[in-house]
Amino acid sequence: MSAAILKEAQSSSQASPRMDSAELGETLVEIRDLEKRFSLSGDFLEQLTFEKGRLRRKQEYVHAINGVTLDVKRGEALCVVGESGCGKSTVARTVMGLLKPSGGEVRFDGTRIDNMAPRDLLPYRRRMQMIFQNPYASLNPRMTIQQTLEEPLRFHQPTLKDGEVRDKIEEVMRSVGIDPDWGKRFAHEFSGGQRQRISIARALAVDPEFIVADEPISALDVSIQAQVLNLMMEAQEQRNLTYLFITHDLAVVEHFGTRVAVMYLGTLCELADTRSLFARPRHPYTQALMSAIPRLHDDKPNHIRLEGEVPTPVNLPSGCVFHGRCPHANQRCRTEIPRLIATDTGQVACHAVEEGRID
Amino acid sequence: MALLEVNNLDVRFAMRGGEVRALRDVSFTLERGERLGIVGESGAGKSVAAFTILNLIAKPGYIAGGEIKFDGEVLNTLKPKAMQSIRGNRISMIFQDPMMTLNPVLTIGEQMIECLKAHRRISRKDARAIALHKLNQVFIPSPEKRLDQYPHELSGGMRQRIIIAIALLLDPDIIVADEPTTALDVTIQAEIMELLLLLCEKHNVGLILITHDLGVVSQVTQRTLVMYAGRVIEQGPTREIINDAQHPYTQGLINALPQMATPGSRLNQIRGSMPTLTKIPAGCAFNPRCDFAANICLEKVPAFAHSGNCKVACHMVDAMVAGERWTPIITDANGNGATPTDSHRTEVNA
Ligand SMILES: Nc1ncnc2c1ncn2[C@@H]1O[C@H](COP(=O)(O)OP(=O)(O)OP(=O)(O)O)[C@@H](O)[C@H]1O
Ligand SMILES: Nc1ncnc2c1ncn2[C@@H]1O[C@H](COP(=O)(O)OP(=O)(O)OP(=O)(O)O)[C@@H](O)[C@H]1O
Ligand code: SF4
Ligand code: SF4
Ligand SMILES: [Mg+2]
Ligand SMILES: [Mg+2]
Repeated sequence: MSAAILKEAQSSSQASPRMDSAELGETLVEIRDLEKRFSLSGDFLEQLTFEKGRLRRKQEYVHAINGVTLDVKRGEALCVVGESGCGKSTVARTVMGLLKPSGGEVRFDGTRIDNMAPRDLLPYRRRMQMIFQNPYASLNPRMTIQQTLEEPLRFHQPTLKDGEVRDKIEEVMRSVGIDPDWGKRFAHEFSGGQRQRISIARALAVDPEFIVADEPISALDVSIQAQVLNLMMEAQEQRNLTYLFITHDLAVVEHFGTRVAVMYLGTLCELADTRSLFARPRHPYTQALMSAIPRLHDDKPNHIRLEGEVPTPVNLPSGCVFHGRCPHANQRCRTEIPRLIATDTGQVACHAVEEGRID
Repeated sequence: MALLEVNNLDVRFAMRGGEVRALRDVSFTLERGERLGIVGESGAGKSVAAFTILNLIAKPGYIAGGEIKFDGEVLNTLKPKAMQSIRGNRISMIFQDPMMTLNPVLTIGEQMIECLKAHRRISRKDARAIALHKLNQVFIPSPEKRLDQYPHELSGGMRQRIIIAIALLLDPDIIVADEPTTALDVTIQAEIMELLLLLCEKHNVGLILITHDLGVVSQVTQRTLVMYAGRVIEQGPTREIINDAQHPYTQGLINALPQMATPGSRLNQIRGSMPTLTKIPAGCAFNPRCDFAANICLEKVPAFAHSGNCKVACHMVDAMVAGERWTPIITDANGNGATPTDSHRTEVNA
């Protein structure tokens, strides 16, 4: 009855299917054999232990990323998914230059940026911006919204006149649907969704080409998530933005992503265009992950149960990092690290797929 | 008679800036072995509802009205000691954060044995045997070893399994679970939910599951309660609500999910956000965000209308069920309802 009428009235907006992976542009960001280790052993003195009558130096590392190779194409939204602790945020922060990689390279628009001096990096810093998960922590509580938005603009374009800065800020505020009158107020006066809009406005103010968003909607309510996702999609369309979008919400990935990279324990298991990945996940971990999505119209859970627990990245398993939990693991998996091989729709790192043992 | 009956619950927090009305006129029932989902946005009052059932509301919060009846007994006037024996024994709670239940300085075994001994006259040896049996039920690998481990030695998923084992320890009639898997990974989340469902079904335990994930509600519960700004705005069979929600807010919530839109298209967002509970709009609290609001929505709190097997607090649904015409207050160029502007809105403080 009434519901049908309402639904029709509410779904007034028209579908505008997003970029197809077949139309992918040239590479904007290149990530090559990226590695990142964090030392757990403290400084030199703390690493020394006395064993069997002599001093030894003992170092322990968290192997957060272990050889990830990934291209981000201009104009796409590349989503990165995977279990907590698999290295998603570390990839994001390394790409942004907030962390130095322990190995491998990051190139932006053809130029290697991971080993650049901070001063040479400045122009690139403007072209790439980051949005964080927590809209409460990422905005300075002592600055008004106006000041928050002006800061990056004045930093990156010091020659702009006051009037030009003001006009620019007003324009981005309007484009993300925040009232320019809010400028005089402080971040704590706004709701989570409004704050995340302000974070997005701040990222957009300097006209970036590339935005790294680390769980930008995870802290928000469903109805607000839709607002922020719509905003990010609109901005992408209007400004031809490229996104590296990190999330653990697969329904969001299915909606938003051009391609998806699936990570497990610091390695890339599978990369494919979104539609193919959801239609036919190839890697056993991707398959388990997909089956765990609670679908709205399911009335029973129906997932692939994994054995065991995620190992720690301190002592990485030998061979395939997933072998301890994989239903298809064999002897080769326990000793030999699977290479990333091309499939018809993307890439996958799995012996069983390579050998044709699984489909 | 239902096993649990919550009638016209009114819960407030006396704050310096005025009273926060966290729950208003909240009523629902739970039959033996039934699974009920409570959904709604952050701050809607879901956790307060759960805490109130267990009589865990502490100052500055208080129950200003209404009653909670469990198995014929009114819980909210019970003496603390009598309540304690019901809590854990007949109704147990699973919190989002496992460390709210687990004591970090005691081993898992010690905690379980202590809990059993507090409620039953039982020897240590028998208590340990029961604890072991419960760990087996939640499929914990090498349960014997876990009994002697401390909470920090276990992974998040393992800890949440132990919490479920503890919740089941005294064979309760009802488990109240407040976002039991939100902090966990998708794959582990699915495992824990399946486990909870399996055990509730097997032992005929009632479940009140609080979550913001409509997919989980759909898989686990039989009935659903939707809350908004401290009130229940829709309740009924889960399938009916998911497939054919009647309240504009519930519809908005479901339609906003990415699963409901073509990939890459614009999502159906609800504009604005839920009001803070000190500034709830007069009339229907959803009116500033509702496309269908009419004058009456700005003035009068809607009573429940019956539509199918659902109860819906909405004037429009009420009018439509009665076969009356409904005209939204303002019509935009496309003939759809538009927002009542701020000038239409009176804000009432508590
Ligand atoms: N500064 C650091 N020092 C030591 N270890 C770190 C540091 N930052 C991250 N790690 C470790 O590196 C691994 C990868 O962490 P990362 O934050 O990248 O994971 P993630 O995939 O983003 O997880 P989540 O989904 O929980 O955000 C984890 O084991 C983490 O504990
Ligand atoms: N101890 C308290 N003191 C004051 N106000 C409180 C207290 N506990 C809860 N409230 C208020 O009661 C309202 C309902 O809170 P509740 O925790 O039930 O929300 P919820 O629906 O569980 O939200 P979430 O999804 O974020 O857990 C909130 O507005 C909150 O500010
Ligand atoms: S390489 Fe082996 S262990 Fe790894 S995912 Fe493939 S089958 Fe499983
Ligand atoms: S139509 Fe009126 S009563 Fe119904 S949800 Fe909208 S504002 Fe509330
Ligand atoms: Mg992270
Ligand atoms: Mg809560």
